[in-house]
Amino acid sequence: MALDSNNKRVFKVVGTRPPRPDGIEKVTGRALYGADVSAPGMLVGRILRSPHAHAAILSIDTSAAEALAGVKAVITAQDFAVQDDSALRDVQENCMARGKVLYDGHAVAAVAALTPAIAKAALKLIKVTYKALPHVTDVDVAMRPDAPVVQAGRSFENVPAGMAENVTSQCEFGHGDLAAGFAAAALIVERSFTTAAVHQGYIEPQACLASMTADGKADLWCCTQGQYHVRALCAALLGMEASQLRVTASEIGGGFGGKTTVFIEPVALALSRKSGKPVKIVMTRDEVFKATGPTVSSSIDVKIGMTKDGRITAGEAHLRYSGGAFHCGTIDMGAQAAFAAYDLQAVRTLGWNVLTNRPKEVAYRAPGAPQAIYAVESVVDELCQKLGLDPLDVRLKNAARKGTKSSYGPTFDDIGLMATLEAAKAHPHYTAPLAPGQGRGLSAGFWFNFGGNTCVSLNINTDGTVGITEGNPDIGGSRAAISQMAAEELGIPYEKVRTIIADTSSLGHNDITDGSRVTFAVGLATIKAAQDAIQKMCARVATLWEIDAEAVVWEDGCAKPSGPNAGQFPPMTLAEIAAISFNTGGPIAGHHEFNADGAGVSFGVHLVDVEVDRETGATKVLRYTVFQDAGKAVHPSYVEGQMQGGAVQGIGWALNEEYIYGEDGRLQNAGFLDYRVPVASDLPNIETVILEIPNPGHPYGVRGVGETPIVPPLAALSNAVSRAIGLRMNRLPMSPPRILAALSAKR
Amino acid sequence: MVAVTIWGSLRAFTDGRAQVEVEARNFKELLDVLAQTYPGLKPQITRGVSLALDGRIYREAWFTKIRSDSEVVLMPYMAGG
Amino acid sequence: MKTIHVATEVNGDNVEFVCAPDESLLDVLRNRLGLTGVKEGCGTGDCGACSVTLNGRLVCSCLVLGAEVEGATIGTIEGMARADVLHPLQQSFIDHAALQCGICTPGILVAAKALLDKNPDPTDTELRYWLAGNLCRCTGYDKIIHAVQDAAKKMRTV
Repeated sequence: MALDSNNKRVFKVVGTRPPRPDGIEKVTGRALYGADVSAPGMLVGRILRSPHAHAAILSIDTSAAEALAGVKAVITAQDFAVQDDSALRDVQENCMARGKVLYDGHAVAAVAALTPAIAKAALKLIKVTYKALPHVTDVDVAMRPDAPVVQAGRSFENVPAGMAENVTSQCEFGHGDLAAGFAAAALIVERSFTTAAVHQGYIEPQACLASMTADGKADLWCCTQGQYHVRALCAALLGMEASQLRVTASEIGGGFGGKTTVFIEPVALALSRKSGKPVKIVMTRDEVFKATGPTVSSSIDVKIGMTKDGRITAGEAHLRYSGGAFHCGTIDMGAQAAFAAYDLQAVRTLGWNVLTNRPKEVAYRAPGAPQAIYAVESVVDELCQKLGLDPLDVRLKNAARKGTKSSYGPTFDDIGLMATLEAAKAHPHYTAPLAPGQGRGLSAGFWFNFGGNTCVSLNINTDGTVGITEGNPDIGGSRAAISQMAAEELGIPYEKVRTIIADTSSLGHNDITDGSRVTFAVGLATIKAAQDAIQKMCARVATLWEIDAEAVVWEDGCAKPSGPNAGQFPPMTLAEIAAISFNTGGPIAGHHEFNADGAGVSFGVHLVDVEVDRETGATKVLRYTVFQDAGKAVHPSYVEGQMQGGAVQGIGWALNEEYIYGEDGRLQNAGFLDYRVPVASDLPNIETVILEIPNPGHPYGVRGVGETPIVPPLAALSNAVSRAIGLRMNRLPMSPPRILAALSAKR
Repeated sequence: MVAVTIWGSLRAFTDGRAQVEVEARNFKELLDVLAQTYPGLKPQITRGVSLALDGRIYREAWFTKIRSDSEVVLMPYMAGG
Repeated sequence: MKTIHVATEVNGDNVEFVCAPDESLLDVLRNRLGLTGVKEGCGTGDCGACSVTLNGRLVCSCLVLGAEVEGATIGTIEGMARADVLHPLQQSFIDHAALQCGICTPGILVAAKALLDKNPDPTDTELRYWLAGNLCRCTGYDKIIHAVQDAAKKMRTV
């Protein structure tokens, strides 16, 4: 799509900060989340989970559980058909183990009963005979030839012969002559890094209510980022057709990528089918940590060469990711993102996905990018320190810009990296003095963003108000932004527009709320739906005025004659046109369905000051500033919210959060006490600076912003801590015991 | 004819070539021709690929027009969170 | 298991319920009394999403037994607004965009009000430490602190 001249226009509604439509429900506790709804005759569902990291299931005897008074259904994997498609098979086997359990907490059976107490007692009566197998939880150990095999025969054709059976895929990206590049370097730094798996940490555990009737139709209420995707997966797993299953997305208590698949929904549907009653399942926090989808854990080697004056001559990375016990494609994203911020003559990334006895990975904001960029930005920082160069100047010198051939292949169009770097350099934070024991770190970061399949229906009510129906759960304030864009395009006040989120029966398919796509793609569809409605309103008015349709234009919320030759008619407002719609042809609506492309990448730079307590190893975050290119910030408060929220998630990832496995392969810290996320007293204010380099692919210039902010914090924190203590850190999280160990090793 | 950039781990199936020339007017034709000419690419194409055309990424749009002077880069199918 | 009959006061209303001996106040509020504003984030007192006041004191309702509240006074998020007039804290959260998904919001509002009832003019540090028992994963806490301080200022000038 060509750059729309609208990019230069003065916006009236877009760029302002109106109140969000779901605000009052949420501050009064009236909003309905996944666990807040019940149905008459409802049963309680509970799931039995493996205590072993890896074991064969020799037998499951459910007879005693079935016989318990108040138990209405018991299911195992036998209640699900075997899927032909390997990706669907993985989803099904992750929801309920078939033949083998692959991680501590893997589901093996489920019950539906009259009360929680009976369900709990029933689980205890299910007899599972396991044969424990050797397990592996470390990504590097899992790549050794003698490692226990998590699943056999899962390697893709791109894995060279001779690699361990746990390696499921290999990928490679890059261009140029690496040998020549390194030969031209004044200094080469080679470092290895590891990052632990972390969890998205959404405060709302998964919850759903499934109601299937004997004719095979079902209703499913669940907290999800994508009700259409849930419908597709559940329909496949339950052998249903899409039209038979209506999925409604509740308000969602956080997702961040973690609620883009199914865990308990097919189980609840199967229990409902078997019992003939609605079944509600709510996960406990312990289950959420053990059996939903944390990130990959990673082990990464990076080698970068730089000239004396800071030009990167070559960059190479080897990345080993483990997405748990099932194949995971996140390595592709990480290997592409690693050097994306740089204009390089010679670059190469080589990546592998490796199976381990851990839960199946799901995305956490920008999947794969934080780990890879953490490693690359740490080495760039070390080179800057050793060569005595300013880290921002070095980024500016090597930054990708319009016309740069990216490290993952395509040539960049307009991007905001230079602008964010320059904004950081000009900001007082960058030159504020530091006290002894304090360190400052920075990192650039990036995410691809995408568009995707979208449907929007825009209906003009006879009183001149507008109802928009879209299909994407609101995780960041998108309903407000959608209403703003419609109001802008139609030329009416924001207060006249109400946007709601449809269930799967009320609107055509919409891709998941992910990929930072909603404000971009749903916004774009809304603009087009508004233009569609405008065209129809102009046609009605043309008929009324008895002139040609081309002679009517839309301006400031009114239909007007296009010029003096068209005739002398006073403008007709949207409300006036709507009021007579029944007489002029019927209800007026605009709609748009498409697969959106042209999403713009979003670059960010983070600056952080820290102080490390050498006695306790604790790191205090003193000051934090986020710079990010939003293209066009439709609702600046919500853009700021994404920047601040993602930054703090990254702070937790860098300083404290990790999945800790014991020798027995079991997760040791499956709760918020020992899985330590940032709390209010850990943090300073998070300052935000929004840049706006318009995305040529959107009429208002919008870029997705939600994922990028989690990418820079890891290296920014690591660089700050490393400079504060005078030691390069290469392992995340940099928890107090690790920092103390590093300090005492130095002595 | 248009030049298509193939990412590193797929080059094993294009006789080591980082760029191949194919006759294709849109994304679908491109995928069909690639799968036919280089059968080793078929599994990845089946799993999913995206197309970057002059810097813009198209996840799966078959009828995206390709010109002979377009920059065409094959990429893994994009996923987000 | 024998159930226990309890009479108590919630948000100024006299209520009665029966519960199992091991049932938490959180479960009672949500499942017996239909007050779903209080949320279970963890069930172990680590996240604060279930915050209520019990006899004027801020507690995690997942750590209180239903049977314990006989004759007590309980305050939940549902009691914060007066009919259709929001409490200044609630209005401030909307004005400052201090919520995204909103799941932690009821707990944080109850906790913030409990602080301001005792200390109408807290420093940012005092406020941050008071709210350390309420996890938020979406906002990074920044706008929450601004919203509470702005509400506190408005409440002090009334």
